[in-house]
Amino acid sequence: MATTTNPTSQAPVAAPGGVAWRPWWIWIGLAGLALLPFVGGKTGLISNFAFLQLSLMIVYAIAVLGLNLLTGFNGQISLGHGAFFAVGAYTAAILIDQANWPFWATLPMAALACFVAGYLFGLPALRLEGHYLALATFALAVAVPQILKYRHFEPFTKGVQGINIFKADPPFALPLSSDQWMFLVVLAVAIVMFWAARNLLDSRIGRALRAIRDQPLAADTMGVNSSHYKAVTFGISALYTGVAGALHAIIFEFVSPDSFRFELSIAILVGAVVGGIASLPGAVIGGVFVQAIEKYADALTKKISATVHLPLELQPWTIYGIALIILIYTMPTGVAGGLSTLRRRLKRP
Amino acid sequence: MEQLIQQIASGLANGAIYASLALALVMIFVSTDHINFAQGEMAMFSAYLCWQVMQWGLNFWIALPLVALGSFLAGVAIQRMILQPLHNAPVLSVVVVFIGLLTIFHSLAGGIWSFTIKEFPSPFPKVAFAGSGYLGSHQVGMILVTLLLLFGLYAFFRFTPLGLAMRAAAQNPGSARLVGVRVDWMLALGWGLAAVVGAVAGTMVAPVVYLEPNMMASILLYGFAGALVGGISSPGGAVAGGFIVGVLENLIAYFGNLLEKTSGIYVIGNGEKLSVALVIVIIVLTLKPDGLFGQVSIKRV
Repeated sequence: MATTTNPTSQAPVAAPGGVAWRPWWIWIGLAGLALLPFVGGKTGLISNFAFLQLSLMIVYAIAVLGLNLLTGFNGQISLGHGAFFAVGAYTAAILIDQANWPFWATLPMAALACFVAGYLFGLPALRLEGHYLALATFALAVAVPQILKYRHFEPFTKGVQGINIFKADPPFALPLSSDQWMFLVVLAVAIVMFWAARNLLDSRIGRALRAIRDQPLAADTMGVNSSHYKAVTFGISALYTGVAGALHAIIFEFVSPDSFRFELSIAILVGAVVGGIASLPGAVIGGVFVQAIEKYADALTKKISATVHLPLELQPWTIYGIALIILIYTMPTGVAGGLSTLRRRLKRP
Repeated sequence: MEQLIQQIASGLANGAIYASLALALVMIFVSTDHINFAQGEMAMFSAYLCWQVMQWGLNFWIALPLVALGSFLAGVAIQRMILQPLHNAPVLSVVVVFIGLLTIFHSLAGGIWSFTIKEFPSPFPKVAFAGSGYLGSHQVGMILVTLLLLFGLYAFFRFTPLGLAMRAAAQNPGSARLVGVRVDWMLALGWGLAAVVGAVAGTMVAPVVYLEPNMMASILLYGFAGALVGGISSPGGAVAGGFIVGVLENLIAYFGNLLEKTSGIYVIGNGEKLSVALVIVIIVLTLKPDGLFGQVSIKRV
């Protein structure tokens, strides 16, 4: 077996030279989203449950963005991002439950805790490439629930039972329900984090990250301190996913070890691959996909089983797996990559 | 002391399972440089198939060859249909495909046979023998089957022309192709054999952990740890590594218990098994990625 693989093919790239953003319609869209609670809440067109779903989509988009930064832009594979999601969620839940912190103050702490956790995990990961890194992070993902149940953590984590927390009411007597208020909070956090990620990727650091992914040797030769960058990227990536975890704990009002099983890590990975692994809009698509599948795949599979008269009960994860494999063949750059290819083809005369 | 020996003995028995799964992982790694994350779920699926055939009234020793044959064909088919087209794809694509296979097998097993736990009868007769105090008959059977499997594979690779061709295809695909070895098919054969080894491991472990779709998660992790300790490029090393990890797992739990009894401080116990595997994986990967018996891999710059 040839061991010299072409490093340029390490990760599919969505569009050369970063991401094509169209600021004006992005901002109009965001303003529309921000107005939703005020419009929908009054007219009753959009239920609180729907706002919870939308919030979860945004949360997963942030988590997927974390993995995108690491895998898509820096070329390090992680199958264990559920671990950092869990660290963020537990940091927020413990601070709210035991120290009575307001929910917004837990977000920076969760970010810090996850950055440190990610940086520390990134140090041994420096020596690992490709399959080996996937293996190490796979082990991390499988071990997470057990680590959370560790007896000496129990005073904080409350073991198997998990922690219940309560959603904050909107301040300033705003005419919003807590779900609508949380939707606005999550949206604001997501805007800040996507904006920060875009600036990071467009900077010198972002170029260094992509150089390390595409041509590690050349990057080293040009004076890029690749081990420093790789460890820091691991930290930043964990930070993003951890903030998503904290937000998830806050809007879901509950954390327990079994919410952070291996399936969560897979879901984040699937979101990243479906959306497009090296693309910021891809992260949004991925987040929407993850939550939509979690919500609707059950009904969809039941319908398919019924219409095709399958003799067995089709599980949503079967469709997940099949979709994943088909996607790798047909659209290796994800939906975002597929769309930009399509646009380029249409534009060409 | 008595207890310590008991722990080591049952560690060897668990180690047999880790060893056979590690062997399956190594077979795929050696021939294709891929780490098969779906190996555990494939083994689980084979164990379910075996259970199903036994439900239809066949004896275990008739069901096992049938299931092994089915697993072999499935392994070959997966390699030919799903992985062969990706042979030049980036690592990420391959890893994602393995994860896809993992979820498919997992959810299919749950969909067909439900997620409730099923009992899987031990195929070995309950006989008393010297040392029965330390090992049950099923545990002895597991160890014997694993060793048998190892020697069978060794003989196959060492003494048959097909085994030679497979080794050639793995070590030097270019030259092997020039002398007329059909390299693609050799890789597919490697996959088929790995699926067979996994099927045996699955049916051996099912009586111990009971049959359920999640049964292989922790075992796969220990299989990985075993393969890495022994060296993921060396079949014999992987088997040794599997046994080492199995004993180590029990010893750590044993000394953790001892410490808690004598000093009252709880550090580690049965609840931290997966964390122990994680630590082993990370330590081996960072300090000695080629394992105890593996070949040192040199990358050309």
